[in-house]
Amino acid sequence: MAKRQYSYYPGCSSQKGASSSNLDRSVQTLCQELDIQLNEIPDWNCCGASIGYAGGGELPRMTLSARNLALSEKHHPDQDVVASCAACWLNTREVQERLNHNPALKAETNIALQSVKLEYSGNKKVRHMVEVLIEDIGYDVLAGKVKKPLEGLKIAGYVGCQTNRPFGINGESFENPMYLDKMVETLGAEPLTKYEKKVACCSGALMFSEPAKGQALVKDIIESAYDHGANMIVTPCPLCQANVEIYQDDINARFNTNFSMPVMYYSQLMDVAFGRSATDSALDGNIIQSKELRGIADK
Amino acid sequence: MTDTNQAMVAKYKGNFLKEVTDNVEEGSWVKMCMQCGVCSGSCPLGPHWDHPPQEIFMMIRANKREEVLSSTSMWMCTSCYNCIARCPRGLPITHIMHGLAHYSKRLGLKAQNQPTERFGQMFWNNLVKKGRVNELKLGLGLYFKDGFAEGVKVAMANQKLGMNMMKAKRMSAMEILGGHGVSDASGFHAMLKKAEELEAARVGANADAK
Repeated sequence: MAKRQYSYYPGCSSQKGASSSNLDRSVQTLCQELDIQLNEIPDWNCCGASIGYAGGGELPRMTLSARNLALSEKHHPDQDVVASCAACWLNTREVQERLNHNPALKAETNIALQSVKLEYSGNKKVRHMVEVLIEDIGYDVLAGKVKKPLEGLKIAGYVGCQTNRPFGINGESFENPMYLDKMVETLGAEPLTKYEKKVACCSGALMFSEPAKGQALVKDIIESAYDHGANMIVTPCPLCQANVEIYQDDINARFNTNFSMPVMYYSQLMDVAFGRSATDSALDGNIIQSKELRGIADK
Repeated sequence: MTDTNQAMVAKYKGNFLKEVTDNVEEGSWVKMCMQCGVCSGSCPLGPHWDHPPQEIFMMIRANKREEVLSSTSMWMCTSCYNCIARCPRGLPITHIMHGLAHYSKRLGLKAQNQPTERFGQMFWNNLVKKGRVNELKLGLGLYFKDGFAEGVKVAMANQKLGMNMMKAKRMSAMEILGGHGVSDASGFHAMLKKAEELEAARVGANADAK
């Protein structure tokens, strides 16, 4: 079968030495397993994330994503744009929709893009990596790839916000999307379908500017996972992963808790279940290790 | 306060709803709010807003111009999109809050010393510089935002977190030497400058038109 090819937008935090470099590493391994070729958009720039509005007005922010889309249109004309980061995907897709619905804004964007000798037409499909897995590959093929079922693991599927709203995946409900639980089940683990914090907010970028408020939200997200007997939390979003994993010491000090809850990416679970090593699955990129998952990887 | 602010006050003469409709990102939606309060009840930081979105929308109609624009409220938005997903009238509330926050800065009326406003500006400056975010410099900038002595204290307190991230190869000391960026930096800067000029000209022309 010919390789599936996509125009890939990794985003700033996926770069070497950046905060979700382990997401990118585990996604690359996953794509090797599934015969997917990710062609990086040449010279892509930051999407502005969720906090860019403080400095950037509407048009400059639209122009950021329009440049990436125009580069993809030019270099990968027949390939869908795929992002693995929630904010990158959301911003790129949102900008495309807003420009295509507002001819005046689109015209201004294209004037700005003349500075980089690019033109945005707006004909790309902008997709999340999870959509590729569900819609193009399918649960059956994913299940067929499982060599080491994640048996005995109880996993709280934490979808978070930006992979879920306002667009969502696969036509699922905003209040209780099921795809992450289905993925967990496909890999042989037990999804904790009653986990209440599935679509709760981790505070996003406000974790940096308002740490006390942010950590209070994350405390509830972790506590609920413990209440349901979870071995780990799994998420598709790089900022959710970081916010829920890396401040657990601070949260323990602030709230007198004793948390040590691993927070993994869906792609890491798949890599391990598909028989790849701990290194290929980027398990060394986690600060809180899951002994159980590492045990399966090293088996 | 800026000249644009004075021109806007003169032009709209107490019709703040019209000013927001004409000048704020997605502001034309504000008049559609029916005051049900689902947005305020759905917000993860709802209790921390001086005026949650529902109230902001009513205050806009009631011409509470300075109270709205100098409020810290909009800066409590985490961009979770709960309000957008649930609003029965389909208002893009997240975008309106971002738009109001940005407009308050354009007019020089923003809340003073608001941490998210400061961090957001720092983030924007960081990404504009090289076209991609330099996480190390952004983190250090955040530590040292209140001066050197305070910065050393914060950095010491977060030493373990930093070591953990380095060990996991999710933070790199090499980023201090420049780090990742787009190769066409001059084109990238010219593009953003042009976009800023076009937007400023649009708002400015609107303020000047009688």
